[in-house]
Amino acid sequence: MTTTIANQHPRPPAQPPSLRAKRLPRYAAPAIALAAVVVAAAIVYGAGIGGPVLVVVLAALLHLAGLFAASNAVEGRRSARNRTWSALIHSAFVLAALPLASVVWTLVSKGVERLDGDFFGTSMNNIGARDPNGGAYHAIVGTLEQVGIAALITVPLGILCAIYVVEYGRGRFAFAIRFFVDVMTGIPSIVAGLFVLAFWVLVVSPVFNDGRPGFSGFAAALALSVLMLPTVVRSTEEMLRLVPAPLREGAYALGVPKWKTILRVVLPTALPGIVTGVMLAVARAAGETAPVLLVAGGGAAINFNPFEDNQSSLALFVYQQAGDASRYAPARAWTAALTLVALVLVLTVAAKLLARRNRLGR
Amino acid sequence: MAKRIDATNVTAYYGSFKAIENINLTVEPKTVTALIGPSGCGKSTFLRSINRMHEVLPGARVEGDLTIDGQNIYDRDVDVTAVRRTIGMVFQRPNPFPTMSIFENVVAGLRLNGLRKKSVLNEAAERALRAANLWDEVKDRLGKPGAGLSGGQQQRLCIARTIAVEPQVVLMDEPCSALDPISTLAIEDLMFQLKDKFTIIIVTHNMQQAARVSDRTAFFSIEKTGDPGRLIEYDNTQKIFSNPTQKKTEDYITGRFG
Repeated sequence: MTTTIANQHPRPPAQPPSLRAKRLPRYAAPAIALAAVVVAAAIVYGAGIGGPVLVVVLAALLHLAGLFAASNAVEGRRSARNRTWSALIHSAFVLAALPLASVVWTLVSKGVERLDGDFFGTSMNNIGARDPNGGAYHAIVGTLEQVGIAALITVPLGILCAIYVVEYGRGRFAFAIRFFVDVMTGIPSIVAGLFVLAFWVLVVSPVFNDGRPGFSGFAAALALSVLMLPTVVRSTEEMLRLVPAPLREGAYALGVPKWKTILRVVLPTALPGIVTGVMLAVARAAGETAPVLLVAGGGAAINFNPFEDNQSSLALFVYQQAGDASRYAPARAWTAALTLVALVLVLTVAAKLLARRNRLGR
Repeated sequence: MAKRIDATNVTAYYGSFKAIENINLTVEPKTVTALIGPSGCGKSTFLRSINRMHEVLPGARVEGDLTIDGQNIYDRDVDVTAVRRTIGMVFQRPNPFPTMSIFENVVAGLRLNGLRKKSVLNEAAERALRAANLWDEVKDRLGKPGAGLSGGQQQRLCIARTIAVEPQVVLMDEPCSALDPISTLAIEDLMFQLKDKFTIIIVTHNMQQAARVSDRTAFFSIEKTGDPGRLIEYDNTQKIFSNPTQKKTEDYITGRFG
């Protein structure tokens, strides 16, 4: 066989492959989008089969198809696929952001009506169905106290638990803790409420209350901690695991004891992530209605004492006002919902800023 | 102040895997000793067992005696943090603490062990940074994060951090393998200076480096994968590189194996 190869004509020198390729002009994508909208509108309104939503959906599909076809014809198959997937990914982002924008818009537009001094300065005490005023002062106090106490309980407990699992826990015990934390994540809030009702309100609270069971904001805080704890533990655990082992070894090699290494090197490194996890838990707890209803009872009056008598919360206030027959109630519910979202947002931003202050500027 | 290290029948395990077996070796004070050998031969394991860093990994343990000036560091009543303060360690990859500034990194060992006095810390930081040949480069930005330095500077920062606690022995686990030639040269120069005060043991894959910096060289090797690493030959560096006694050592340093 070697002879045939030797007898072949010498090959022509290979052409250097061109690095240039045909590209669609810059205006192509917007032009196709515009055309898609026009065609979709013509089809939908021409046939009289739907409204603007169908136009948008149809236009998106037509745009994808048109873009693929145009790119395939001019630029080739790989470019066409790239463009189509890019367009799909961007649409996915828009789809995901749409509900958020919608929620914010609805809250702001409907909540602005009662965004006044009365709302933040008064409670619902002695407010009848025909009174247009009344406010959520008592609910804001309740939410802040309940979530604050719950955070005071869960943050130290959760972080210590995560430190145990990551840094010290070995074998079955640590495995069992992780497993039960996972199970706790799935506890529905109403069950947490029932647990505290059966355990704290009915069994323990009579001891402090002359033998009578009593609702309290503290009971609500306990129920919220049951819900917050697994989130705090799991997120802290993940963050601690992300701290590279060489950092710990670097500290050990300086003769720093393990507990101090964790406290001064590992925790500060993981702090921003831990704060994010805690704020997620806080946001979840602040939005819970059922446990507060079950064990704090709700109420119309301002009660600063979380250990005695009924308390309300913003989420519970929204629930009660939304179901109230008074024609002034829905506006109060919207404003309370807006307040709740704003509160969580402010707390999150504040916590992030605090966590960042500990980090050094680059 | 530098100390003499005696290893007698040191055997180290990772779980049930025996990584090194019956290492016997004596390191004289104020010398540089290089540990060389093919990958996986246990030289890093041996190095880490000298300051009890080996046992940090789950399931890892050490048998045998390792004495520093006659004191066995594996005795039950030995405080492991005191051992590590006496025998410092520099790692393969620079690992400055990311949440700390350059200054805080250098004095981390002192501060985390309870030293608070600002003037003492300032003095210690300057002394350590000067000893690590880093002072001139960072003296104007001590408050900046340590992670913002270049790789070579970070490694010198880690050396400064190690010598700030004033150990007597400094262990270096391939300290130059992630560095460019200029930074490597800076660190090799540094080793010559540090030799006046410290006993230095360095693991290196670079035989020229071993020949350049060390007084004594220990050659480790394994029969085959899965076998424990053993000390094949330990002698003056010049002897090892010019006229080794063992055939294996000769094969390794001439590049015929490993």
